[in-house]
Amino acid sequence: MTTGTLRLRKGSSILSENGSLIGLVVLLVALTLLSGDFLTVTNLLNVGVQAAVTAILAFGQTFVIITSGIDLSVGAVAALSAVVLAWTATSHGMAWPLATGFALIVGIACGLVNGALITYGKLPPFIATLAMQGIARGLGLVISQGSPIALPDSVSHVGDTIGGYLPVPAIVMLLMGVITAVVLNRTYAGRAMYAIGGNEEAARLSGIKVTRQKLITYALAGGFAAVAGIVLAGRLASAQPQAALGYELDAIAAVVIGGASLSGGKGKALGTFVGALILAVLRNGLNLLSVSAFWQQVVIGIVIALAVLLDTLRRRQAS
Amino acid sequence: MTEEILRVRGLRKRFPGVVALDGVDFDLRPGEVHVLLGENGAGKSTLIKMLSGAYHPDEGTIFMDGRETAIRTAEDAQRHGIATIYQEFNLVPQLTVAENLMLGRPPRRFGFVDKKAMYRHAQELLDRVGVDADPRAPLASLGIARMQMVEIAKALGLDARVLIMDEPTAVLTTSEVQRLFTIVRQLKEQGVAIVFITHHLEEIAQIGDRVTVLRDGASVAEVPADTPEEELVRLMVGRSIDQQYPRERSTQGAPLLEVRGLTRKGVFEDVSFEVRAGEVVGLAGLVGAGRTEVVRAIFGADPYDSGEVLVDGLPLPRGKVTAALEAGLGLVPEDRKGQGLVLGANIRENLGLVTMRRATHGGFVDRAGQAKAAAEVAEQLGVRMSGLGQEVRTLSGGNQQKIVIGKWLLAEANVLILDEPTRGIDVGAKVEIYQLINSLTAAGRAVLMISSDLPEVLGMSDRVLVMARGRLAGELSAAEATQDSVMALAVGELEETA
Ligand SMILES: Nc1ncnc2c1ncn2[C@@H]1O[C@H](COP(=O)(O)OP(=O)(O)OP(=O)(O)O)[C@@H](O)[C@H]1O
Ligand SMILES: [Mg+2]
Repeated sequence: MTTGTLRLRKGSSILSENGSLIGLVVLLVALTLLSGDFLTVTNLLNVGVQAAVTAILAFGQTFVIITSGIDLSVGAVAALSAVVLAWTATSHGMAWPLATGFALIVGIACGLVNGALITYGKLPPFIATLAMQGIARGLGLVISQGSPIALPDSVSHVGDTIGGYLPVPAIVMLLMGVITAVVLNRTYAGRAMYAIGGNEEAARLSGIKVTRQKLITYALAGGFAAVAGIVLAGRLASAQPQAALGYELDAIAAVVIGGASLSGGKGKALGTFVGALILAVLRNGLNLLSVSAFWQQVVIGIVIALAVLLDTLRRRQAS
Repeated sequence: MTEEILRVRGLRKRFPGVVALDGVDFDLRPGEVHVLLGENGAGKSTLIKMLSGAYHPDEGTIFMDGRETAIRTAEDAQRHGIATIYQEFNLVPQLTVAENLMLGRPPRRFGFVDKKAMYRHAQELLDRVGVDADPRAPLASLGIARMQMVEIAKALGLDARVLIMDEPTAVLTTSEVQRLFTIVRQLKEQGVAIVFITHHLEEIAQIGDRVTVLRDGASVAEVPADTPEEELVRLMVGRSIDQQYPRERSTQGAPLLEVRGLTRKGVFEDVSFEVRAGEVVGLAGLVGAGRTEVVRAIFGADPYDSGEVLVDGLPLPRGKVTAALEAGLGLVPEDRKGQGLVLGANIRENLGLVTMRRATHGGFVDRAGQAKAAAEVAEQLGVRMSGLGQEVRTLSGGNQQKIVIGKWLLAEANVLILDEPTRGIDVGAKVEIYQLINSLTAAGRAVLMISSDLPEVLGMSDRVLVMARGRLAGELSAAEATQDSVMALAVGELEETA
């Protein structure tokens, strides 16, 4: 009897450890059965493209959430970076590598300001990044004077495919995912994020420079947001100051579905990736099944609630 | 013989990778103090957590008043009149002392919390245990010893029939311990049954009636509390310990740490001393004397107003932990849960926390090297674990403490400050730690040790500093330092100013 319960417990722990991955598989199987259009190469690549922007934002968000912070500005920063890219490339005629670099710097700078407000200013992350959301969105509108800026051809290649097949956004997404995994697992910055999120005081007393590491964390989130903005602009072939509206919430949802804890110290690149895929697959599938956009929101809300419930359940089991 | 109030038969509990309890029999009578004794990780806390409804047994039965009972939740336990003082405390640092004392049952008027009544009742509870703490203060502002007193007061407020105390004396000094024992004796007279866990063997004969010894999760003996300590040790660790305090004095060198006129207004004043290479300096005093505050200031964890700290003759900037670390200081903090450990991270990660910077090259951490070092120190300290990947949260209290010490051993600090280093560590493992302290000083390093365990201070220090009311009350050489001379200094100043 005891070996039985033991085995059962082990089984359920594997399930909850990889709950989101299993959820994704179930979703894939269900959609394959429900819609003949789902499991096609074109559609799957399409899902990849749709997932890309959210996933890249979510990777950046993962760093922040692991330190038990939150970044509400990533959507707005993405839009601002895109606008800066288009603006410098068109009105200033900058070459695309330079314009891209400039857009990245803007994203990182926004992140650094977030970090400074949180560490030196002692603002709660929620408030600091909410303020940045307004600032970045506003600056984007100011620079673009409220209307989309078309990207010059040289830049809009980010939305293209390689060999007419592999979509660049999906490749960038995978690349950023790998970078996230490496940063989190292998680098000092990544390990410090876990320590700070797990117990900030213990981290400080162990000689981790908490202020500096938090600045790095928010700067990374800002940089990732800029990359997402560039990818988005490439896809749309133009920079729109109102793009990526509310994407920060999708990003947070992806991170949480992926098994990170909003109280910090937990989270993985792979989990976030799966979380972002779940959201994208769900949206794509619901579209294929012609579910109305209104109902889609309801379904996605339920999925987020379920994912977090699973997480709570897992934690209760652990204690 | 009185009827048993609680009886436990054949209790078993497994966790992933470990068998925590492997057949425990135990019983408890009204009006007795039943001591649970066992090494770190023997299963004491797991046993009592099954009586308080925190864990459920895989096998075995619990009888209350002779009837088979399932204690599934904390409410169940409360209904049976069982109150528990947890080793790791069951308190919320962000709330006030009063809110913690009344957690889950604040006095109400018209559906609102009656704050006045809450503070009054809280003050009564605090007075009962004799702790000097403001009920309105946030719990986090109390040191670990006063938190312990709050945890005790909270359990007393429940008017239980069965009171379980998991290492209540681990961080208390002699006077608080005596106060606690007075309360325990009163409760005994009222017929309360008490389960008492401690690693301080001398307390057993003082307060206990019977002792149940746990070894590797099984109850191996039940003996009267006046059993000689050597016999208890043998039952507990399976061998005898020749020397509890194996201090080997080393030759002393130049001063490594110099503290001059350190002052923080209202906390400590004009504290000056030095610690030499090869020396173990003990820092004794009552709870609230300011010992922890002083060492935290030295280490840069807290600011100070005036004075100077020199390491190796070089002044240290104020309030900079990283500078202190680079200069060769290390601090094992008193509060392992709040300040020492990342509970959600595993053993390997926690052990590598201080050395991570050094193990980083080009931004990348040498994880293999970190893992190897962690494995070695865990082995050296005899950490009882399922593997280096075990989450620290699930380690037993004493084993968690070993991780905090291990983390700082790996850091190879030149001056290691230990604040209650052996809190919750069993007698056998203590000797291992003392041995490690010996090898540190033999290698020309210095140790500054705060401990509320006076025999430990006396047994291990080459020199004892005594603090009272935020000031250094005196300094005693190893020969001069006795229980009485230290206590006289610790209390003396108090009476003068009172
Ligand atoms: N939630 C858990 N998950 C996994 N293992 C656990 C858990 N709780 C306890 N253990 C393991 O069970 C064993 C017994 O632990 P327990 O806390 O009961 O020891 P203890 O006798 O109280 O020791 P100490 O004197 O150090 O407090 C330990 O090996 C511990 O690692
Ligand atoms: Mg214990």
